Amino acid sequence: MTVALVDIKPGGRGRILEVGGGSRARRRMFDMGVTPGVIVEVKRVAPLGDPIEVKVRGYNLLVRKSEASGITVEVE
Amino acid sequence: MADKITVALAGNPNSGKTTVFNAMTGARHHVGNYPGVTVEKKEGRYRHGELEVLVTDLPGIYSMTADSVDEIAARNHLVDGHPDILVDIIDCSNLERNLYLATQLLELGIPLLLAFNMSDVAQGRGIDLDLDRLSERLGTPIVRTVGHKGKGIEELKEAIARVALGKSSPRGSTVDYGSPIEREIEKLERLIALRNGDLSKFEQRWLAVKLLESDEDIAAKVTDRDIISQAESSSARLAEFYGDDLEVVMADRRYAFISGICRESVRVPASAEDTSSDRIDSWLTHRWFGLPIFLLLMYMVFHLTFTLGNPLSALIENGFGWLGATITAWWPPDAVSPLQSLLVDGIIGGVGSVIVFLPNILLLFLAIAVLEDTGYMARAAFMMDRMMYKVGLHGKSFIPMLIGFGCNVPAIMATRTLDRRRDRLITMLIIPLMSCSARLTIYALIIPAFFPQVLQAPMLWMMYIIGIILAIAAANLLRVTVFKGETSSFMMELPPYRMPSPTGVFAHMWERAWLYVRKAGTIILGVTVVLWAMTSFPKKVTYDRDYESPAVLEQLTQAEVTEAKRAEDLSYSVAGRMGRFMEPALRPMGFDWRIGTALVGAFAAKEVFVAQMGIVYSVGQADESSEALRAQLKSNYSPLVAFCILLFVLIGTPCMATVAITRRESNSWKWALFQFTSLTVLAYFLTVLVYQLGKLVGIGV
Repeated sequence: MTVALVDIKPGGRGRILEVGGGSRARRRMFDMGVTPGVIVEVKRVAPLGDPIEVKVRGYNLLVRKSEASGITVEVE
Repeated sequence: MADKITVALAGNPNSGKTTVFNAMTGARHHVGNYPGVTVEKKEGRYRHGELEVLVTDLPGIYSMTADSVDEIAARNHLVDGHPDILVDIIDCSNLERNLYLATQLLELGIPLLLAFNMSDVAQGRGIDLDLDRLSERLGTPIVRTVGHKGKGIEELKEAIARVALGKSSPRGSTVDYGSPIEREIEKLERLIALRNGDLSKFEQRWLAVKLLESDEDIAAKVTDRDIISQAESSSARLAEFYGDDLEVVMADRRYAFISGICRESVRVPASAEDTSSDRIDSWLTHRWFGLPIFLLLMYMVFHLTFTLGNPLSALIENGFGWLGATITAWWPPDAVSPLQSLLVDGIIGGVGSVIVFLPNILLLFLAIAVLEDTGYMARAAFMMDRMMYKVGLHGKSFIPMLIGFGCNVPAIMATRTLDRRRDRLITMLIIPLMSCSARLTIYALIIPAFFPQVLQAPMLWMMYIIGIILAIAAANLLRVTVFKGETSSFMMELPPYRMPSPTGVFAHMWERAWLYVRKAGTIILGVTVVLWAMTSFPKKVTYDRDYESPAVLEQLTQAEVTEAKRAEDLSYSVAGRMGRFMEPALRPMGFDWRIGTALVGAFAAKEVFVAQMGIVYSVGQADESSEALRAQLKSNYSPLVAFCILLFVLIGTPCMATVAITRRESNSWKWALFQFTSLTVLAYFLTVLVYQLGKLVGIGV
């Protein structure tokens, strides 16, 4: 099943299918190791509802929902 | 290579780059600016045998993509600055992402060394690194370091020396992007080689790769149409071949290259998963408990900085007061000596006004160092970002703004925790709108004098709220005007919790305090002396009233004579004349020359306003609870004017210590003057508006 990363509940994980968005935003994602094919796990959402914390390539990344909106993930 | 070499330190934010830099260069730093931009350029020197090494600590970057001014400065230094040797500081507990930058640095064609920093953390988690193998595969020397403990620094210097003296020449492996891409890279390289000239400063392969990746900034540096059109057509062809954007494919290749190397040489036990951090975070960033815990911690930081710091500041003030009194006693009691006044009021007063901030600064930076070194600062940003982003700021702006309510000076210093120049400058510029405790003394004097009991608390509350509202408006205005086009990104690493090292924390604290004393302190001292001169000279030789005449002596006590003389002196001084000179401009706000004179004095420190008003109204040593001064104010001004004073003091003319620290922290007079002028202009217009409207409607007249 394909979902947007921002719609995954904390604890959910999946494989990144696509990193969308403008070219700069995408490149920034790649710089941080968020690339298609990589496993991503949503750890938690900030108390105020944004940003979110995800685990990718062995480290924890904080990202605003608006920045992560273009990321689609394949979940089992 | 010559005996003098330049080394650039690159690395991801949070890789411990600055601790390595400090360990390498000791205290011999020079902080300058990158040409044309307000991005701090930190340089240091050290000697190693015959070698004189100049080290530059670059802003932290995740890749060679440059969006923010800091990243552009770092990249320009790498590309145009031609360092002889490059050291990439790698957080080896987070190897894959850190090596991503290394793969791009390898393409620059500058001899590269890797410092595997925080190797103690990696070891502690049982991560087993085969450094020989990694070094072999990457084609670069690797040195294990623990920056904050100074471990491995000698080895790193030795490795740098070996490369510099030609004893080892790292070949540097570059990523193989696969033959279709490599063929296009080669084509571009050949074209670039042909058009030598202005492109010869770039490493050909790096330039070719960047052009294929359609990096707009780099493409803009290439004027040759042929190369650009070749790059565009290659890029388009390859994108079609791979069915995806080329930058995706190339980033993917880099990560594949890294994964391949790591698979061979890194063993991460299943238990290496840092679950303790997760467990701590399940409380500290908890949906319900996270914010209360954060607010409690912030209360503690504020309490530590001010409640604990202010008695110490008072102690320092008393110490300087005692020193001043001792020196005054060198002269006979009635002597009027400019030298005495210079020593006591100018110099001792000036040094005192520099040192008086130190307890707050030391304690605040103790707290901040602990918050940063434990990793809590990133959590604070995580929790506050939504709110702060809505008002045009960054999650990390919260703490400096909060500190601003205590004192703007340490608050502006605290903006250092913000990584991006834009977020940092915006926060710095609006901090003076956070109503500091010095302004509270003015409110405390004026509010009870003019407003009935029921209105006093709401009035005080209103001052704070007006400041906050204006700060939000100003942040948003700055974001779309002065800093237009600079993107904001929040993406950052959430580092695992760490036990801070006492030496690291204290080093951090001292560094900040020392920078303050050395850089801002000199400005503050200078301005204090100038302001002293302005309020003391020229001296009045003959007073308006003949204080020697029996008629006057009968009327006034000796103390009243002294006060009356002081009032005449002040009004005759440069400050008094400025007050009078400015009076026509102050009138629209309802202010007279007395308020103007006191405002000139308040530039030294806001609370001086109270003492100066005390002098002009000859009521003796006035403080914020002086009933005599309140009575004078009440008989001379309307409540509307009183409110206008509050408003103007809140918004306008940040004190000279704030100006000095903004100059220091932004590394440019431009921002300090911009801050001072725009806030003063804003204050002026708002106060005029309020006064004129108030008069028109007839409120408080």
